[in-house]
Amino acid sequence: MNIEVVTEKTLPRLRLPQVSRPGWFGRLWMLAVLPALLLFTIPILTIFLRLSLSDFIHSLRQEAVLQAVHLSLITSFISLLGIILFGTPAAYYLYRRRSRLHWLADTLVDLPTVLPPAVAGVALLLAFGREGLFGPLLRSWGISLPFTTAAVVLAQMFIAAPFYIRSASVGFAAVDCELKHAAALDGASRWQIFRYIVLPMSAPAVLSGCILAWSRALGEFGATLIFAGNLAGRTRTMPLAIYIGFETNLEVALTLSAILILVSSFALLMLKVVIKNHLPAN
Amino acid sequence: MKKWLLCLTALIWLAGCTSIPSNSATQTSDPASPLFPGGERTLLVFAATSLTEAFTELSQTFEAQMGTQVELNFANANTLSEQILQGAPADVFASAAPKFMDKLVENGKVDAQAGEIFARNQLIVILPRRNPADLETLQDLAKPGIKLVMGAKEGPQGEYVEGFLDKASASANFGAGYKDAVYSNVVSYESTVKGVVNKVALGEADAGIVFVTDAKSASEKVLTISIPDAFNVVAEYPIAPLKNSSNPQLARQFVDFVLSPEGQQILAKYGFLPPDGD
Repeated sequence: MNIEVVTEKTLPRLRLPQVSRPGWFGRLWMLAVLPALLLFTIPILTIFLRLSLSDFIHSLRQEAVLQAVHLSLITSFISLLGIILFGTPAAYYLYRRRSRLHWLADTLVDLPTVLPPAVAGVALLLAFGREGLFGPLLRSWGISLPFTTAAVVLAQMFIAAPFYIRSASVGFAAVDCELKHAAALDGASRWQIFRYIVLPMSAPAVLSGCILAWSRALGEFGATLIFAGNLAGRTRTMPLAIYIGFETNLEVALTLSAILILVSSFALLMLKVVIKNHLPAN
Repeated sequence: MKKWLLCLTALIWLAGCTSIPSNSATQTSDPASPLFPGGERTLLVFAATSLTEAFTELSQTFEAQMGTQVELNFANANTLSEQILQGAPADVFASAAPKFMDKLVENGKVDAQAGEIFARNQLIVILPRRNPADLETLQDLAKPGIKLVMGAKEGPQGEYVEGFLDKASASANFGAGYKDAVYSNVVSYESTVKGVVNKVALGEADAGIVFVTDAKSASEKVLTISIPDAFNVVAEYPIAPLKNSSNPQLARQFVDFVLSPEGQQILAKYGFLPPDGD
């Protein structure tokens, strides 16, 4: 349905092969999809099979679980705010591809998505740790980052920001240039063009970026453990509590895992809804 | 399409339901299969993190003598025992506390008489070389505002630390509030002792409590404050071949080697105390 709308506008009529009933080949193909699907579904389902509802409810009342959920929610939303604040200008700069430095910035932005989070943790510690490169400067302002909730937020932003920046810059790039030129001719300033043309038209992409970045921040583990440490109520987010819980209290680990799976699935579902609802409008 | 989806979900559900009980059944009844390459001549040793340096040398010497291959898996002893209970194909388990060995005995993974103490360890306080918080005595650990790191409270090391703090708090030299004051200075519970050493060596924390052996292997990077025997605790390290070992004879030989004078000499080099000394 969506594809038809797009192709009608942009391409001459194409005759697509009919896909009414899958033939033997189609059925075989679906069988080939099975291993990948099972790889994802079996382990995730197993968590819910191992965790009885009464255990789940019982664990939900435990201090360790509540603290971790509370801290994770607060830090991930603060991270998201920071990412939007600092990521939007970066995304707007990136899509225009005018500067020579563009390729460098473009690569840098993607780097955290492929780096092991542990590398990010060590790097953050060596840069912003008390004895790190900027340690003395921060200390002179009376700031010590490691082992604080601020360090958790910084680690999450480092890891999750690329997802927002990438998605938003793709959205910005998709806005028709003619529209912007027309607005400029009518006397709109750069800010007005961004605020009233680019931003509303790329809202679905920006929103998807927010959802992706937030889910990634919620799941951040490696960088947090190394840069922020592990202390209940201050730096022990849900993923850290799962790791510690695996060694001490499996029920807590399973409950938190189940919560993360449910929340992440819901976030991804929202993402699909956003994309689906806004695609024809574009 | 809908039919296919329905079939798929049903299949997944079925696979999920049936595989769990059958898996755990095979794990408890069958001996572990030789999953690791190298077959008979490869020995898989699970050892607590604090044994990293000593066991690396021990296994190299053993390899040279026996012409076998030893693979070492280091982690928190609690994690290792959990992995063994979940069916990890280990041949030998060396723990940082008898508690985790006992857990394996209870679950039938180790013979009741098989576990032997092969080394002992004690606690020590480490500081970064620069000593940013200017700490000199054990009492200073209770100074408000210092940044202290230690092993997870629930882990093997955490329990020894609690033992030390309990003993100290009972003494007039420290005062009853010592334990709580020290715990309130903790900024992070690291998952392994090596994590504690690194955070202190990097200067991010003002002090850490670790094993004597960990302090020894990082001696160029940290200063130490020793803990007198009256307050210190003795950590006993048990070792045992696992019942499910695919190569029980070789596993036994490795354990014997660790207990032999030659093995003991290597352990002493890394700061471990002998099992039977005072």
